[in-house]
Amino acid sequence: MGELWEGMRQAVWLVVTLDPDLVEISLRSLRVTLSALLIASMIALPLAAVLTVQRFRFRRLTVATLNALMGLPPVVVGLIVYIILSRGGPLGVLGLLFTPWAMVIAQVVIIVPLIASVAHQSLRELWSEYHDLLISLSTTKRQRIAALLWDGRRALLTAALAGFGRAIGEVGAIMIVGGNIEHVTRVLTTAIVLETGKGDFALALALGFILIAMAIVINFAIHNLSRTETEGRW
Amino acid sequence: MKKMMCGAVAWLAMAFGLNAAEMKMAVTTSFHNSGLSEVLLPAIKRDLGLEVHLLIVGTGQALRLGAAGDVDAILVHSRKAEEAFLAEGNGTYRREIMYNDFVFVGPGSDQAGIRGAANAVQALRQIAGVKAPFVSRGDDSGTHKKELSLWLEAGLQADGFDSWYRAVGAGMGTALNTAAAMDAYVMSDRASWLNFGNKRGLELLYAGDPVLFNQYAYIPVNPDKHGHVKHDMAIALEGWLVSDTAKELINGYQINGEGLFVFNAQPR
Repeated sequence: MGELWEGMRQAVWLVVTLDPDLVEISLRSLRVTLSALLIASMIALPLAAVLTVQRFRFRRLTVATLNALMGLPPVVVGLIVYIILSRGGPLGVLGLLFTPWAMVIAQVVIIVPLIASVAHQSLRELWSEYHDLLISLSTTKRQRIAALLWDGRRALLTAALAGFGRAIGEVGAIMIVGGNIEHVTRVLTTAIVLETGKGDFALALALGFILIAMAIVINFAIHNLSRTETEGRW
Repeated sequence: MKKMMCGAVAWLAMAFGLNAAEMKMAVTTSFHNSGLSEVLLPAIKRDLGLEVHLLIVGTGQALRLGAAGDVDAILVHSRKAEEAFLAEGNGTYRREIMYNDFVFVGPGSDQAGIRGAANAVQALRQIAGVKAPFVSRGDDSGTHKKELSLWLEAGLQADGFDSWYRAVGAGMGTALNTAAAMDAYVMSDRASWLNFGNKRGLELLYAGDPVLFNQYAYIPVNPDKHGHVKHDMAIALEGWLVSDTAKELINGYQINGEGLFVFNAQPR
């Protein structure tokens, strides 16, 4: 118990004094994860919409695969991305290994299936309501996808936030591809692993509390900005 | 709102800031846990204007990183593995920089009685004799390799041990955490032990046998094999590591009033 209190005390202290290292790694955590989230959303949301409106032969299989990939073990993703980005690997010439971009790539791979699956779930329900209307207006596929994405934006936000939550708390993959280099690829989760290894549980816990607090604040902020739960149905 | 979004996107799109003069070096966990890097790196930056990014891994992985050309130099402590690394043409040469030593740590009750052991091998025989819990790194690191070689010298096969021998497959910190939780014996480098914050009932029980000395060597990655490595910087760093400035910092580095490293680089 003593360690928990000490952790909370240190967390408060680090935040109040705006510890420069803490600010740096927190901002880096945010940047890496928000970059990954942006890229992943640009891939996953259109993908979910296409899977909703487009009928093709392997649609069910694709959806089932996406669902299954939600449980992709991050450490395996990390290892594969590592091997691909390593100098001996196919993309080695880019020199991306042990840079923040490597972490972004790993996180994108991890959260695309999650965002796409959750988004597809909600778009499918929306589509069953919109189907007759959009067909009778003889809209093009592109217009249907745009309508679904726009009208389903609140649900899609939830999907994106789920992705954010998974990415920001992830450690297995980014430890491998980022290398936890101080001032370059050290983020909150990898710093926690490092401090635990040093036996400094209080500091590790403090970082953990800050990570949780950050995830909550970001969620609140986004909900607030998009005024979910305040305007009628949407 | 729109402005804020644009700002946020711009912030994300900005390249993750990187300096021109920078290189990557793989170092062992034991070196990093000692805290010496926090003394050396700022001095290197001041003297050479060189930003050294450390990848903190076990010796096994450090050598792999060097062999793949993912780092520009390595600083490790496992002579046999280093020589094999050089024999495969992965590095240019090894340069000895400094040494520290390994210690045996265990519960204060010391059920195996290694406090009075004649030498390191004898201490291990006593631990095996009473089957006291023993935590091994088990991660192919320099420390792990050293431990295995000591068991061999004691005439014992580590892979034949029962459940009292626990290979955690992790870094020094994790191994110490595990040993603290299980009241087990563990072999640690002195620096990691002194800096370790979660000692609980553990105490330093045995140290001082010359066989426990731990030589660190610096190896630049071979630029003939990997054209992209920053060989000039690796050479500049080596020059600094064997300089008198480095000597003073290394010999003068202390934790709780105890010196940790002995500088022993030879001029050439």
